[in-house]
Amino acid sequence: MMELLECVELNKSFGEKTVLKNINLKISRGKIIGLLGKNGTGKSTLIKLINDLLVPTSGEVFINGKNIGVESKRVISYLPERTYLDKSMTVEQVIAYFADFYDNFESETAKKLLADLNLDVTQKLSKMSKGMQEKVQLVLVMSRKAELYILDEPLGGVDPATRDYILDTILSNFNEGASVIISTHLISDIERILDEVIFIDDGEIKLMADCDELRQRENGSIDEIFRRMFKC
Amino acid sequence: MQFDNNVPIYIQIMEELEIDIISGNIACGERLLSVRELAINLKVNPNTIQRALASLEEKGLIYTERTNGKFVTKDKALIEKYRTEYAEKITRKYLENMRKIGFEREYAINFIIKFEGDE
Repeated sequence: MMELLECVELNKSFGEKTVLKNINLKISRGKIIGLLGKNGTGKSTLIKLINDLLVPTSGEVFINGKNIGVESKRVISYLPERTYLDKSMTVEQVIAYFADFYDNFESETAKKLLADLNLDVTQKLSKMSKGMQEKVQLVLVMSRKAELYILDEPLGGVDPATRDYILDTILSNFNEGASVIISTHLISDIERILDEVIFIDDGEIKLMADCDELRQRENGSIDEIFRRMFKC
Repeated sequence: MQFDNNVPIYIQIMEELEIDIISGNIACGERLLSVRELAINLKVNPNTIQRALASLEEKGLIYTERTNGKFVTKDKALIEKYRTEYAEKITRKYLENMRKIGFEREYAINFIIKFEGDE
């Protein structure tokens, strides 16, 4: 079977500045993968390359064995770091918008998840707290029947209770055939749900490993191992 | 369930489930929750649950009924064997700890008999 995602010798520079160096990566189905790195190490750039939002300086990205493009946008459900939604829309309108845009969006799933939040669907996004907006966004992204979910910093700037809600939503909505890539620097909050981790630093992949094997081998938590490796 | 992030999570889940089985908390022949339910309850990855269950299955403590789910073994003697093993493990640990602070075996045994804690 084809790998779900493959990056081959991927490089990205902005002018003189090299942001990603020779990234080789394979991701199979049914995994939750943590893309871990300090701020400014290339996590979001890599994610944008996979989503075809940036053009690589060299190298290629394949989804299901094919070059990324229109087809891969159907396969990937992407939660960007910053919202792209029009905040003057109500929740109801955003759901209709997503249903119109993506043929694999399941309005019923989204409504059910949002009902759990006791959210008034006639409310405008701009009237909601930041945490609530993040939850709505995540619900939208997870309500698509995609093969690869890419969540860029889904935990940034939200309280611990909201973090739990986000992790629960990820766990309960991800199906066996799909994979999830979560980029974060909040490792201890998330490490229990990860299968594999990718440590990225200075634009390079420094380590890729199975979480439980890594804990056993290095005798510590993923958070600790990360801190040891990238001490400032 | 509170996890120690330093120890592989599947091992911790395996031990927790083993205690549930040998204590009778999940009865002989009873059906376990599904992988998905366990994953959501414990807030861990379904693959981690899968791995923990595979280890329990290897030990013979649970078995899979195709399409029906996973069940605790009906072999009472086997459960009893693991229960005894577990009791041995914690007793050994107790004796070791007592020895560490200078109490020998005989003292440690009498200590339990005379112990009037919050039982």
